[in-house]
Amino acid sequence: MDSALASDRVHTTHSGVYLRGTVRTAAKLLVVGHFGVGKTTFVGALSEIRPLRTEETMTQAGAHVDDLAGLDGKTTTTVAMDFGRLTLSDSLVLYLFGAPGQQRFTRLWLDMTQGALGALVLADTRRLDHSFEVMELLEDHGLPYAVAVNHFDDAPVFPEEEIREALDLLPDTPLVTCDARDRISATRALITLVDHLHARTAQEPV
Amino acid sequence: MTPAVPRRDKGLVRPYVVTEGRSHPTRNTFDLVTLVMAHGDRPLDGLSPEKYRLMELCLGGALSVAEIAGYLQLPVSVTKVLLSDLVDSGHLSTRAPIPSAQLPEAQILQEVLDGLRARL
Ligand SMILES: Nc1nc2c(ncn2[C@@H]2O[C@H](COP(=O)(O)OP(=O)(O)OP(=O)(O)O)[C@@H](O)[C@H]2O)c(=O)[nH]1
Ligand SMILES: [Mg+2]
Repeated sequence: MDSALASDRVHTTHSGVYLRGTVRTAAKLLVVGHFGVGKTTFVGALSEIRPLRTEETMTQAGAHVDDLAGLDGKTTTTVAMDFGRLTLSDSLVLYLFGAPGQQRFTRLWLDMTQGALGALVLADTRRLDHSFEVMELLEDHGLPYAVAVNHFDDAPVFPEEEIREALDLLPDTPLVTCDARDRISATRALITLVDHLHARTAQEPV
Repeated sequence: MTPAVPRRDKGLVRPYVVTEGRSHPTRNTFDLVTLVMAHGDRPLDGLSPEKYRLMELCLGGALSVAEIAGYLQLPVSVTKVLLSDLVDSGHLSTRAPIPSAQLPEAQILQEVLDGLRARL
């Protein structure tokens, strides 16, 4: 393998790759949702670095990856996540990790949820029921979340109450609409999530 | 589950070889957003090609564990093993994502909120 190549690519095409020397805190939020809902687009719209991706090949017999069940003779599967970064101040950087919910039993999912402040669930009104799996997963992990309907051009528009009901949201779970391709719209959706997380900490008994 | 677009040639990375047969790091202190800093004064000769590549990347400045894995196109689990060895050998040091003074979560969230609002 040509070892010079990889780092050259990083250095020459991505100035601004590195963190400011003053960064002291790295916060982590998740962007989750079913297949094709817009996670990669959302992270890409916000990230100051080229969105990165890592893959993990699961080989452990004990890894209960859903996909393994049907594939006889196959002992590995690949799980992936993508992520981006936003420097929010001299001392604070925010990382966004995007991954689908089928990866619940994998080490990658555990890595991702560990230390995360909360999650934004992207949903699509053409298949709201596809969001249940990932919402349950977050609930199992005790991770608070907000829901953002990523509006696709040909998707039906429903009144908020109907969406809340279809998704069976708790009264205090925020629900917003966004366009994952648009930086401002995606930023607003994240603000809704963080506002919610912040309000929760104020309510929790010390 | 994942789109059938290979991001890299399969077989380019052979985790078992890269980590000299180990699948667990010598330390278990790496979060995906643990910050990693390289020490410029350590000799690089004698390092395996993967560790050399990692050091080359990290000598440019601080990065998170996830970013290092992403740029080197290595699985996170493999990256952690390499990082852990390089911390043991004094090539790298790490900083916990949340400083040990333990900022209250509410304060971090407030700072995240301020930072996001400033981008509108
Ligand atoms: N019209 C419209 N299209 C979108 C929007 N967000 C994403 N898309 C498109 O929808 C497709 C899927 O988006 P991705 O961001 O790849 O979705 P994903 O959730 O990362 O998909 P997987 O990683 O495969 O699960 C892409 O072709 C996007 O360009 C949106 O807000 N509006
Ligand atoms: Mg994606």
